Amino acid sequence: MNVAPRLAGLVGDAVSPPLLALDHVSISYPTRDGILTAVEDVSFTLSAGERLVLLGPSGCGKSTLLRTVGGFLKPSAGEIRLHGKRIVAPGPDRMTVFQEFDQLLPWRTVLGNVRYALERGKSLPRGQAEEVARHWLTRVGLKNFVDAFPHTLSGGMKQRVAIARAFALEPALLLMDEPFAALDALTRRQMQDELLKLCEETGSTALFVTHGIDEAIRVGTRIIALTPHPGRLAASFDVLPESRVRGTAQFAELERQIQQSVFADPEAEYV
Amino acid sequence: MSDIAAPKLLRAPASQRAFAGTPWRRAVILAGFALIWELYARWLDNPLLLPTMGATLSALWSAILSGELPDRTLTSLRVLTTGYAIGVAVAAILTTLAALSRWGNEALGLLTSMFNPLPAIALLPVALLWFGVGTPSLIFVIVHSVLWPVALACHGGFLAVPPTLRMAGRNLGLSGGRFVVEILVPAAFPQILSGLRIGWAFAWRTLIAAELVFGVSARSGGLGWFIYTSRAQLETASVFAGLLTVILIGLVVEGVIFRTLTRITVQRWGQEQA
Repeated sequence: MNVAPRLAGLVGDAVSPPLLALDHVSISYPTRDGILTAVEDVSFTLSAGERLVLLGPSGCGKSTLLRTVGGFLKPSAGEIRLHGKRIVAPGPDRMTVFQEFDQLLPWRTVLGNVRYALERGKSLPRGQAEEVARHWLTRVGLKNFVDAFPHTLSGGMKQRVAIARAFALEPALLLMDEPFAALDALTRRQMQDELLKLCEETGSTALFVTHGIDEAIRVGTRIIALTPHPGRLAASFDVLPESRVRGTAQFAELERQIQQSVFADPEAEYV
Repeated sequence: MSDIAAPKLLRAPASQRAFAGTPWRRAVILAGFALIWELYARWLDNPLLLPTMGATLSALWSAILSGELPDRTLTSLRVLTTGYAIGVAVAAILTTLAALSRWGNEALGLLTSMFNPLPAIALLPVALLWFGVGTPSLIFVIVHSVLWPVALACHGGFLAVPPTLRMAGRNLGLSGGRFVVEILVPAAFPQILSGLRIGWAFAWRTLIAAELVFGVSARSGGLGWFIYTSRAQLETASVFAGLLTVILIGLVVEGVIFRTLTRITVQRWGQEQA
């Protein structure tokens, strides 16, 4: 199995278009009380190999933005381009890992879920799809659970299946919609570390949504903070590899900076 | 990531396993009903109103041996399964259209609210005008009785599919009929299954009722006709034997077919508790 990093993404190329570009994107949708603007005039680009974290409190439109990149929603203004082409519909080149555990097909086994995704998303023949699925399930530590049905798994294990499914399709862009928010603190920490390892090993490009500063620093190479109602860009931070180690002074310093500059109330808890 | 170890399972002791299932409870309840029937009928001592269970069973046995009852039952079952299959197929087409377009959705909502409350038997006069006396009329009213409850259940099931699961399917590039068949149908299977069950019961009721109404002039009647003629000849035990046959077939279909279907699908998938 070829698991070498995708080198093309690691070479910063100024001429070719960025992998993902958001161009003055606004998203609003009708509600009972009128039109609600969830995201207003957001622009940023994402290069291959980067892991960009959208950070913000609940209601800042970060999940809405991610779903729009996923093609599940349409922007009301501006446009989103992947490899220079406008995003109009969902597709397996942007695999999303959702927060909710019901993202797995309950009628398929762990192996069946990943294999089915490969058969449909990448049009692989059954045998080859099964081989690739087994490889990825082993990498996320689920070798012993390939024949289990999702309802017998713990929340953390379900998220592992979803992660294996997303990585198996080798998407151009991984979309992570608070994938660990519903997990207990210990499992969440472990999953963050394991996800980071997988991303680094594969050189994957990811857009990650979270409301945890700690998580943002841990998994991201760059953090964009959003303000709520409506979601707007507030500040951007680069995460250096040395800041990514928990318990170091650099980690604490970056955490303090983000907290101070982004959230009006420095006493507020954003965990 | 390091491997997560599979859990170790111990086998429950034999004494616990023996009484784990429900069949023995059902058997006890059934035996209780039988005993009450037999005792009450003996006490009443009026075979014209209520034959004893013994008399009913012997009437059932002789009707089976004479070949009349199996014949009538087969006739009914043939009509029933034809009507049921057509009803389910039409329901599948309508709900697929409803799942894929807003117009289809509105049309199905309107049609089910118009026709679901309409008793199938009330359509019988129309059916007789259109198709005459015979099997096509029976099938027409059965299709009507199956179609709407099944469509309603399927449609409700589709609407209840979690948005995350829908997005997970669309993420793979699925759309149209494939999205319906491979994502919506299995995801809504608990509701679809209960719709199929209700549809089956409605089909039976409609068929027997329709046969009671116009089986008189049909060349070879079904079970309803058997019940009707037995009543006309004051053979109450045979009337009860006919009813018992309807019940037995219902029990077999529910206890064997639907129960198995539930076990190998929604229970196995964790969508419904065992």
